[in-house]
Amino acid sequence: MPIIEINEIVKTYQTGDVEVHALRGVSLAIEEGEFVAIMGASGSGKSTLMNIIGCLDRPTAGAYRLAGREVSGLNRDDLADVRNQVLGFVFQNFNLLSRTSALENVELPLLYRGIHGKERHRRAAAALERVGLGGRFDHTPNQLSGGQQQRVAIARALVGEPKVVLADEPTGNLDSLTSVEVMALFQELQLTGITVALVTHEPDIAEFASRVVVVKDGLILSDERQTPSNARLALDELLAAKAAEGTA
Amino acid sequence: MNPLVTLRIALRALMRNSMRSFLTTLGIIIGVAAVIAMMAIGAGARAQVQAAFAAMGTNLLILLPGSTTAGGSHGGFGSMPTLTWEDLTAIQSEVSSVKAAAPTLRSNQSLISDENNWTTSVTGTSPEYFGIRNWPIENGAGFTQGDVTAGAKVVVLGKTVVDRLFGKRVDPVGQTVRVGNTPFSVVGVAAAKGQSSTGQDYDDAAFIPYTTFARRIQGGLSKYLSGTVFIQAASTEQTPRALADITRLLRDRHKLGDGQEDDFSIRNLNEVAGAQQQGTDTITNLLASVAAVSLLVGGIGIMNIMLVSVTERTREIGVRMAIGAKPRSILLQFLIEALVLSIVGGIIGVVLGVGIATWLASKFQWPIQIQVDVISLSVGFSGLVGIVFGLFPARKASQLDPIDALRYE
Repeated sequence: MPIIEINEIVKTYQTGDVEVHALRGVSLAIEEGEFVAIMGASGSGKSTLMNIIGCLDRPTAGAYRLAGREVSGLNRDDLADVRNQVLGFVFQNFNLLSRTSALENVELPLLYRGIHGKERHRRAAAALERVGLGGRFDHTPNQLSGGQQQRVAIARALVGEPKVVLADEPTGNLDSLTSVEVMALFQELQLTGITVALVTHEPDIAEFASRVVVVKDGLILSDERQTPSNARLALDELLAAKAAEGTA
Repeated sequence: MNPLVTLRIALRALMRNSMRSFLTTLGIIIGVAAVIAMMAIGAGARAQVQAAFAAMGTNLLILLPGSTTAGGSHGGFGSMPTLTWEDLTAIQSEVSSVKAAAPTLRSNQSLISDENNWTTSVTGTSPEYFGIRNWPIENGAGFTQGDVTAGAKVVVLGKTVVDRLFGKRVDPVGQTVRVGNTPFSVVGVAAAKGQSSTGQDYDDAAFIPYTTFARRIQGGLSKYLSGTVFIQAASTEQTPRALADITRLLRDRHKLGDGQEDDFSIRNLNEVAGAQQQGTDTITNLLASVAAVSLLVGGIGIMNIMLVSVTERTREIGVRMAIGAKPRSILLQFLIEALVLSIVGGIIGVVLGVGIATWLASKFQWPIQIQVDVISLSVGFSGLVGIVFGLFPARKASQLDPIDALRYE
C-alpha cells in the first residue's frame, strides 16, 4: 500500500472575482521508502501539491490517504497532529528559531508532542548526531553556516521519527557543494526507510531522487522512475576537485 | 498540551527578546508602582489624621458656654459663663450615653521650680480628664477625687514642662513647684503626647484639681463654670445621641423655650475627624485612579507590542504550526507571554512601589502604610490586564494560516 495516495485532487483559490485552479485533478501514489522530486515552473501548482501532501492545506475536492488514513477532511487540530507525528518539514530558508540553540530548535516538535525533559533531550541530541552536528548543540542559528542550519532543520524534521520528510527547495539557499551534502543526507534517510519528497526546480538536484514528477498547469506532466546519482560519490568528487584546485 | 510546556515555550520566547520584554512591561511596572506608592501614602495620611484625633480623645464632645451679646456685638462662644457646676453634675449623673465628663479651666501661669521658671497653660480639671483624653500618667499617680474635694495643692506636669523646670531625665514627682506664690506638690507626669495637628505642643501643660484652680487662680469657686467641659460618649455609635441628650438636658435646665437659641455649644470631634478623613480618602482615591489609568495604559502597551510581535514572528508561528503546534497552543503561548509580562511587571512594580513609598517615608518623614490587600489587588489587576490585552494578539496569532505564515516575509 502506498504511503501517500492522492486521488483526483483539485485545489481552487478564490482571488477576488477570479478563480485560480492551482490543481485540476492530480493523482499520485508514493510508495514507502521512495525519494521523489517534484519539479515544475513557478505557478505550475507544485507548491500547492506539496502543501496538500504536507497537510498544511486542504484540497477543494479529491481524496488523500496518508499512511493509510484519510486526511483530506481533517480539522486544523487533527492536521496539526498528523504533521507532528507522521511528517517532517524542511524549508528553503531553514526556518529555525533565532537566538535559540540548535538543540532547542530540534526539541520543538517533541515539545508539541508533550514528550518530557530528559527523553526529549536525548532524542534531539541523537537527531543532531545523526546529521553530523554532534558538537554544536549550543550554537544558535547565527553561529552556524547555511549548510549547518539546514542540517539542524533536517534534524528537527527527523526527531519525531516521521514516515515522510517533505522538503521545499531545501537547497535553494545553499551553494552547490553544501547542496550535494544535504542531498547525501536525504539519500541516507531514504536508506533507513523514510519516504522523502522534495520540491525543486534544479534538474541536477532532481538527479539524486529515485523518481521525478513534473507538474505543469495544475496537472502531472510526467512521472518517471530513474536510477539516482549517488550524492556521497558526487560529494567526494567535488571535494577532490576542490582539493586539486587548491594544490594547482 | 501541557500548560507547563507552553509556559516554558512562552518564557523562552520572552527571554530571546529580553530587552523588548522589559520595555514592554515597563508600563505595568510604573502603573503598579504608582498605585502602590499612592495607596501607601494615602493610607499613611489617613492613619495620621486618625492618630491626630485619637490624641485629642476618642468619641469626644466639647461643651462650651454661650456667647454674650452686649450692644449688638456678639462675644463668641465661651465669652459668657452660662454653664453651672450643677449642669456638669447633671451631665455626669443623668445622661447614660456619656461615659465621663471633666471640666477644664485654663489660664497661663508661671511655674517656678528651685532652678527654673516656665510659663505654661495650667488646666484645672478632674481626674477623669486623663481618661477622656487617652492620656496616661507616666510617673507618679496623678491627683484623685479626694484631692479635688479637698482643693489640694497638687500638680500633674506635661513632659515639656518637666524638661524646662527640672531638665531631662529627672523624675520630679514629690518635688515642689510654685504656681504664682502657691507651692504645689508634683504628683505625676503625663506621658508625652506630641504635637496636635495644628502644631501645638500638648506636653507644654500642667494640670491641677479644678477646685484648687478656682480658689487659687480664679479667686473663688463661683456658681458658674468659666471654662469648657470635655465629654466622652459611651461609644462611637452613641456620640450623636450623647450630643442630643446633653443638648436636651441643658435646654431643659436653662429653661430655654422653643424659639430660643442654645446658650451653649457642643462640638463633636468625631464629625470633624470624619470630615478630615473623607478629605484624605478623596485625594487618595483620586491619586489611585490616576495610577490605575497608567496601569491601563501599560496594558495597552503590552497589547501593542504583542501585536507587533505577532506580525514580526509570523514566520515563527508558521514554523511552529508546520511542526505540529495546534492553534490552541499558539493562542496559549501568546496569552501566557502577555500574562508573564504583566505579572512579572506587576511584581517588579510592587517591589518598586514599596521601595518608593519606603524612600518617601524616610526622606520626608511621611507616614506610609503599605497595604497587603492593595499589593495583591494590583498584581491581580495587572494579570487581568495581561489576559484582556493579550487575548486579541493571541487570537490573531492562532488564526494565522500556516502556509501564509510560512511564506510571510
